[in-house]
Amino acid sequence: MHWHSLADFLAMGQHGPYVWGSLIVMAALLIAEPMLVMHGRRKLVARLRRQYRAERSGHRRPRETGWSRSSS
Amino acid sequence: MLGVVQAIIGRDLRLAMRRQTDLAAMLFFFIIVVSLFPLGVGPEPEQLRRLAPGVLWVAALLATMLSLPRLFADDHRDGTLEQLTLAPEPLGLIVLGKVIAHWLVAGLPLVVLSPVLGVQFDLEVDALSILTLSLLVGTPALSGIGAIGAALTLGVRGGGVLLSLLVLPLYIPILIFGAGAVDATLTGLGPEAHLSLLGAIALGGVFFAPWAAAAALRIALE
Amino acid sequence: MSNRLINWFRFSSPQTFYPLAGRMIPWFWTLAAVFGIAGLSIGFLVAPTDAQQGEGYRIIFLHVPASWMSMFIYLVMAFWSAVGLGFNTRLSGMMASALAPTGALFTFLSLWTGALWGKPMWGTWWVWDARLTSELILLFLYVGFIALKAAIDDPRRADKAGAILALVGVVNIPIIYFSVKWWNTLHQGASVNLTRAPSMAALMLWGMLLCALACWMYSIAVALMRVRTIMLERERHTDWVRQLVEGGEADDALA
Repeated sequence: MHWHSLADFLAMGQHGPYVWGSLIVMAALLIAEPMLVMHGRRKLVARLRRQYRAERSGHRRPRETGWSRSSS
Repeated sequence: MLGVVQAIIGRDLRLAMRRQTDLAAMLFFFIIVVSLFPLGVGPEPEQLRRLAPGVLWVAALLATMLSLPRLFADDHRDGTLEQLTLAPEPLGLIVLGKVIAHWLVAGLPLVVLSPVLGVQFDLEVDALSILTLSLLVGTPALSGIGAIGAALTLGVRGGGVLLSLLVLPLYIPILIFGAGAVDATLTGLGPEAHLSLLGAIALGGVFFAPWAAAAALRIALE
Repeated sequence: MSNRLINWFRFSSPQTFYPLAGRMIPWFWTLAAVFGIAGLSIGFLVAPTDAQQGEGYRIIFLHVPASWMSMFIYLVMAFWSAVGLGFNTRLSGMMASALAPTGALFTFLSLWTGALWGKPMWGTWWVWDARLTSELILLFLYVGFIALKAAIDDPRRADKAGAILALVGVVNIPIIYFSVKWWNTLHQGASVNLTRAPSMAALMLWGMLLCALACWMYSIAVALMRVRTIMLERERHTDWVRQLVEGGEADDALA
C-alpha cells in the first residue's frame, strides 16, 4: 500500500480534484450507460407487449408514430 | 468513357446557368462571412494578416456546404438520378462529372474572388497569389469529398445540417494544408510542401470520392 | 481471427445471436468488474508516485484506456461496416450501431480526463496538441455517424449509409492525424512536451493494462446489451421476438 492515511489518499498530493474529477465522471458515465440501455430496453419491451396485445385482441395495429428507432 | 463525364459536365453547367441566383447567393455568403471577421476582431492590419488564410479557408468550406445539398437533390426530385443509375456507364464516372461541374460552378468562383477579399486583410501580393493557388488546388477536394456527404444525406430529413456534420470533419486536412500554405508563405517557410500535400488530397478526393459517393447514391435510391 | 469470423457468421442470424449474446453478457460484466477492480487498485492504491508528475499521473490509468478504446471501437465499427457491405449480413450493421455510442462516450471521457490531466501538468485545460485535436475530431466523426443513422428511417439504408461513412472516416483518420500533427509542429507557440516518462515502472504498466482490459470487457458487454435491444426493435414483426416478449423472456434483468 502506497498511502499513509485516508486524508493522504484523498488529497492525491494536491492533485485531488483532478484525479477524483476524472475517476468520478468516468465511473458515473460508465455506470449510467448500461442503465440507460436497460431502461430503453424495458420501455421497448413494454411497448411491444402492448402492441402485440392490441393486435391479438383484433384491433387494427396501432400506428407506429413516435416510434424511436434507436434505444441508446 | 470520358464522353459521359463531358456530357454530364455540360448538362450540369447548363442547368446551373438557369439558376444563377443560387450561385450569387452562395458567393455573397462567402463575401459577407469573410467581411464579418474584421468587424468582429478589429481592423489592426497585423492581426488581420495573420487571420486571413484561416478566415478565407473556413469561409470557403462553409460556402461549399451551402451549395452541396443541391448537388444531387434536383436530379433526385425529377427522377433523372434514377435514370443515371440505370445508364450503362459506371455511376462513379457520372458522379465525377457532377463533381467537376460542381467545382466549376461553386469552387472556381471562390478561387476568383479570394484575391479581392484577401486585399481586405492587407495581404501582400505573394501571399495573395499563394492563397489563390491553395484554393485552386484545394477546392476540387471539397467538391469531391462533399459529394459523399451529399449522396449519404440525399432525401434524409434535416439533410443540410446533417451534411455539414458529416463533411466538415473530413475537410479538416484540406483546411490545415490550404491555410497552412499561406501561413508558411507569410512566415517565410515556403508553401511548396503544403501545396503538394494539398494536391495529393485533391487528387484522391476527385478520383476516389466519386466512387464512394456512387455507392452511397445506390443505397439512397434502393 | 478466422476462427472467430466463422463463429460470427454462424451466429449472424439475429434469432441465434440474441440468446447467445444474452448468455455472454454476464461473463463480460464479471470480467470487466474483476479487471477494473484489480487495475484501479494497482493504479490508485499500490503504484508509487511518479517522480515528475506527482500523484496527478494516476489520471493516466483512466485516460489511456479511454483513448485506446475510443480509437479501437471506431476500427471495430469500420470492420463491421465492411463486413456488412461485403457480405450483406444483417447483424453487422446492428453491431456498428451498437458500438457507436460507446465509442463516442470513450472519446468524450478521453477528452475529459485529458483536460483534467492537462490542468495540473501543463497549467491549462486544453492544448491544441496533435493527439488531443485528433481525439476531438474523432468525436465529431462518431457524432456524424450516430446522427446519420438516426436520421434515416429505413434500417437497411441506415446501416449501409452508416457503413460507407464509417469506411470513409477510417480512411481519413490517418490523413487527419497526419495533418493535425503537421499543423502542430508548425505552430509551436504553445510548446508543450507531451512525451511521457520514458521508462514506465512495470507496476504502472500492469495497472494500465488491467484498466484497459476492463474497458474492453465493458465495451463488449454494453455493445451486446445494445445490440439485443436493436434486434428486438428491428425484428419486432417476427415470431421469435413475439414469443420472447410475450413469454416474458425478454425481461431478463442484466441484459
